[in-house]
Amino acid sequence: MGAGKIRKYSELLRSGATTSVKLTEEYLGKIEVLNPEINAYVAVNAEKALRAAKAADERIARGEGDALTGIPFAIKDNIATKGEETTCCSRILKGYKPTYDATVYEKLCAHGAVVLGKNNMDEFAMGSSTETSCYGAAYNPHNRGYVPGGSSGGGAAAVAAGIATYALGSDTGGSIRQPAAFCGVVGLKPTYGAVSRYGLIAYGSSLDQIGPIAASVEDAAIVFDAIKGADKRDQTSSGGTEPTADKLDGNVKGLRIGIAEEYFDGISEDTLKAVRKAIDFYAEAGAEIVKVSLPMLKDALPVYYIIACAEASSNLGRYDGIRYGYRAAHYDDVNDMVMRTRSEGFGREVKRRIMLGTYVLSSGYFDAYYKKALRLRESIVTAFAGIFEKCDVLIAPVAPTTAFPLNYTADNMIETYMSDICTVPVNIAGLPAISLPCGKDGKGLPVGMQIIGKKFDELTVLRTAEAFERAALVDVALDMGVTL
Amino acid sequence: MKSDYKLVIGLETHVELQTKSKIFCSCPTAFGAEPNTHCCPVCTGEPGSLPILNKEVLAYAIRAGLATNCKISKITHLDRKNYVYPDLPKAYQISQFDEPICVGGYVELASGKRIRINHIHVEEDAGKLVHEDGYTYIDYNRGGVPLIEIVSEPDITDIAEAREYMEKLQITMRHIGVSDCKMQEGSMRCDVNISVHKEGEPFGTRTEIKNMNSLSFMEKALAYEYSRQCDVLDSGEKVIQETRRYNEGTQTTESMRSKEDAQDYRYFPEPDILTVEVSDEFVDAIQASMPELPDVLGKRYVEEYGLGTTEAELIVKYKKIADFFNACAREGSPKLAANLILGQIFRGMQTEEEKEAFELKITPSQLAALVKLQDEGKINAQIARQTLQKMLAEGKDASAYLTAEDLAGVDDSAIDKLCAEAVASNARAVNDYKNGKLQAIKALVGYVMKATRGKADAAAVESKLIALIGG
Ligand SMILES: [Zn+2]
Repeated sequence: MGAGKIRKYSELLRSGATTSVKLTEEYLGKIEVLNPEINAYVAVNAEKALRAAKAADERIARGEGDALTGIPFAIKDNIATKGEETTCCSRILKGYKPTYDATVYEKLCAHGAVVLGKNNMDEFAMGSSTETSCYGAAYNPHNRGYVPGGSSGGGAAAVAAGIATYALGSDTGGSIRQPAAFCGVVGLKPTYGAVSRYGLIAYGSSLDQIGPIAASVEDAAIVFDAIKGADKRDQTSSGGTEPTADKLDGNVKGLRIGIAEEYFDGISEDTLKAVRKAIDFYAEAGAEIVKVSLPMLKDALPVYYIIACAEASSNLGRYDGIRYGYRAAHYDDVNDMVMRTRSEGFGREVKRRIMLGTYVLSSGYFDAYYKKALRLRESIVTAFAGIFEKCDVLIAPVAPTTAFPLNYTADNMIETYMSDICTVPVNIAGLPAISLPCGKDGKGLPVGMQIIGKKFDELTVLRTAEAFERAALVDVALDMGVTL
Repeated sequence: MKSDYKLVIGLETHVELQTKSKIFCSCPTAFGAEPNTHCCPVCTGEPGSLPILNKEVLAYAIRAGLATNCKISKITHLDRKNYVYPDLPKAYQISQFDEPICVGGYVELASGKRIRINHIHVEEDAGKLVHEDGYTYIDYNRGGVPLIEIVSEPDITDIAEAREYMEKLQITMRHIGVSDCKMQEGSMRCDVNISVHKEGEPFGTRTEIKNMNSLSFMEKALAYEYSRQCDVLDSGEKVIQETRRYNEGTQTTESMRSKEDAQDYRYFPEPDILTVEVSDEFVDAIQASMPELPDVLGKRYVEEYGLGTTEAELIVKYKKIADFFNACAREGSPKLAANLILGQIFRGMQTEEEKEAFELKITPSQLAALVKLQDEGKINAQIARQTLQKMLAEGKDASAYLTAEDLAGVDDSAIDKLCAEAVASNARAVNDYKNGKLQAIKALVGYVMKATRGKADAAAVESKLIALIGG
């Protein structure tokens, strides 16, 4: 149980060895030193964090609370927190302060968790490198010449660097799993609907899902347990609150693990080797390895980009400078103001996706693109359902490669889009999947593997992942040279 | 020649539903509040907020569908209609595109002609722009107020039919309690599609006139547009498919945008709201709670209560009057009640607003009690009328105004005696009557009425006198 932090800290708090205020102060101190290096946070609210920590200490002193009480965490900049700037790292939302709290944030606050600040991300979660942020790129703590992945790159970097115990990210096409893999931490993308989206600023509404990025599988499970469950403010949310964290027993005997070769096409040598080794571990531990086939996997990428961009083009229509956020300084009339505000407020990648989405929904193209994508989406859902009759989980790589060098993405747009191939199928089908470290490449950068499960079967996904983690075959722990 | 052209009209009618809360949040729908006080993150489209479909809205839409003979869809979903306007805070309106809640109904006009309804769908209203001292302000109170749009087929062939159809919808929606349909407050408005063509030829190119907020404007706009299209065709030109607006000042229609500039709304299924399965039980329960529809009600007034057709129609036309009358009628003597309501109360109301509101100081029971006295012969019609006027002014029971003498009545033998007296002492009037001057009987009736100080029933007295003279 080496990597897990939540229970460890929680025990320290309960035993009186330290207090939440002290722990929070240490985190804040570390953020001050390390954040300029990796740019994982775009906003830190020390005063608010210390206030929450003090309240948590009082709860703990009364013998109340649970494992999350008093533990500091970070939240992605696309999750609404009342009265605090929430910008999706976009210039267009500069100055926007939500008038309400996201459900996930409300839930963690009810547990007495302590929020440190907001994490850097790709603008509107559109990207896989956290380089499109209006606050500048975040850096991979394993090697500052590389990206932390994206779009939840800030959260993954913060957890890897030890400046957040855990972070809440969002995953539309891999935005939790890929940065978790690049930064050598654990990222859980829950079943679509398992966690309320209320307060998550939408990118692709039918794909978006909030989930934890954490130092261990158990930590991810504890956070997941705290944030999941149907919410009356999100009609697409469903599912219960049955806990998972206390059911991780390391036992994979008889577990049927599916391997779809299509996932291993075009995967780099280092990644392939690490993932195969992990599969061998499961075979030795008594799991049954089942060969399955997912020929429609090749459709997933276009389906994803059509649906995500279509929904985004509609979701982002509201940023017009009228009610909140950025407004162009000079304009002739209302129409001109909206045009200039959007031209100046959105970055290149966001504009590209809005244009793509507008195109695929426009009359004359709707049937050929959007409608066809919806049809293919159905067939992907059906194919996964068929596969999960033959196995309990699927194991696949998270990304074809380890972290890209900085500035690589901008010049290799198509290749970057292609690199989402392993993560987007899960969003299209609404399945849960976890990303966890399974090795390192030749440059010492972490490699991640992905475990995909049936709808609402996060428990099996987490148990499978925890069994590997428990065996402690890989060590991607980082020493940032700053001790608590 | 204009008269050669046939007119074809289709109407898209927006009706604001009277649900307590908005369509996607729990904010109130009440009209007239301080700007931006009936708002929340959902109806102002704050980033990250999500819509929750108010089931009551579907129930109301289904009521409207059942009242207009529509089929209710088993599966229905919402769609986004994308367009940019400052009163639309999400830059899309949540509406319905290809699977509306109600399809394929009709409205029957007095002539028996049926105007088919293509479908009824639900959608959210937008906010309101307020222009004041050189600035434009936005009030989002109306944003998210539920609407239904009732889309007719192009079955309407003259302007009077268009008005009748609209009035019929208005009366029906009020009776089933889904909307107050006040065009002046915007809770009912319509877009009209109009084209002209010659007998035997296919339909002409249509234009659309948006946002008609009064029936008389609608009539004027249709008349102008009919004449304009005829002139265009007669001069050898073509009607352009376009959206036009009605200018109240000039009483003409003017071009807003042509088909080429038409908005591409990029409809697609609303991902934030699940597809709704409408169960038979849900529809059955709504069906069971439906009141009598205006047509049925009017028929019943005539057949069961013996009201004249005009009287029945007048009562049905105003929902509040019908409610008042129904409550009165339940306590007996509907015919007498209708006479008093229409003859005394309704006639005293000057404006349509007054008639629609039908606000009285008395309750239906108070009126019913008065009617009962008249029905039992304890008071005559004249006293009933006089008493009602006093009740309407002060709101008290009839008993507060009726003296013992009023209520004493006149017994039949006394009337018989007075009638005989009248005949005996008015030989000249009797003769006149016998010689065919039927008016002469009035003098004899007057004699009896005077002697009873107006308490006798004039009609009954007249019959008695005729019998006496004739016998
Ligand atoms: Zn609201």
